[in-house]
Amino acid sequence: MEAETVIGMVSIITAGFTIAVGSIGPALGEARAAAEALRAIAQQPDEANTITRTLFVAMALIESTAIYALVVALILIFANPFWAEFTG
Amino acid sequence: MGSGDITPDQTVVWDGGFVNVNLTLVTTWVVMAILISSAWLITRRLSTGPQMSRWQNALEVTVNALRSQIREISGQDPDRYLPLAGTLFIFIFVSGVLSIVPGYVPPTASLSTTTALALCVFFAVPVYGIAAQGVGSYLRSYVRPNVFMLPFNVLSELSRTLALAVRLFGNVMSFTKIVAILLSVAPLLVPAVLNALGLLTGAIQAYIFTVLAIVYIAAGSRAQRPVRRDAAGTSGATDPP
Repeated sequence: MEAETVIGMVSIITAGFTIAVGSIGPALGEARAAAEALRAIAQQPDEANTITRTLFVAMALIESTAIYALVVALILIFANPFWAEFTG
Repeated sequence: MGSGDITPDQTVVWDGGFVNVNLTLVTTWVVMAILISSAWLITRRLSTGPQMSRWQNALEVTVNALRSQIREISGQDPDRYLPLAGTLFIFIFVSGVLSIVPGYVPPTASLSTTTALALCVFFAVPVYGIAAQGVGSYLRSYVRPNVFMLPFNVLSELSRTLALAVRLFGNVMSFTKIVAILLSVAPLLVPAVLNALGLLTGAIQAYIFTVLAIVYIAAGSRAQRPVRRDAAGTSGATDPP
């Protein structure tokens, strides 16, 4: 197999694995955060606004790692630096 | 943005040899023009009485909401941070909401724009910190709780700036990319739904960016003083008037 084929193949497979494995952790973390926030709102309904706002901020922070994995996967597929020398 | 581009940086609108104008610049200018012209038009004739134009009402609602958010999050006087935080929020929010216009790509879908915004926050932290506490006190905050934490504190500052930039870029770019790809796979309904989801995400990310910027800047400006307990048992760590 020539280098072009190997690079294309490995890039696609790696991109798939990156986003598949990289989104497991943040999904579990967000589920946990949402569950705790719902429990807190059930215990203190008056503070629902503060809790909801803090929940959104925490969700965005937890989501960041999944976004990093997604960016790496998209770069591998669309802006692959090693692919450019074959098509450029 | 075509389905082969990952950022609007790659779509060149005008090439002048040394300098070229790409789609990111054009959309940034469009957003700037809209914000500046609407701000100027609305504030030309301000009224202090109960009768006011609906646009002035909308502006007052926005500014009041921003100020109350800043006061709640930072616990300090909101007018110090309102220009920077308000501009960040309104710019990112409007550049996301305008994606309802066909043919428009948000400038925040480019890593250049989001890095520039994150660098604004990165430089604002020491500027506000030194203005609030003085150079010595601010630099001493890097060696708290002890001097071995100095590299970790510096590294955390750099990494959270990078996280700000990549989080906003990743969120906005992924939705524009998905819409561009789905236009060739399942047009008409599915891209429209995902465009709407992109609007929601853009608004939430604008809020997240602003909240994190306020948290970082306020944390850097808070005077680091130990909490003293006097004879009455109450803590004496109140800010001087």
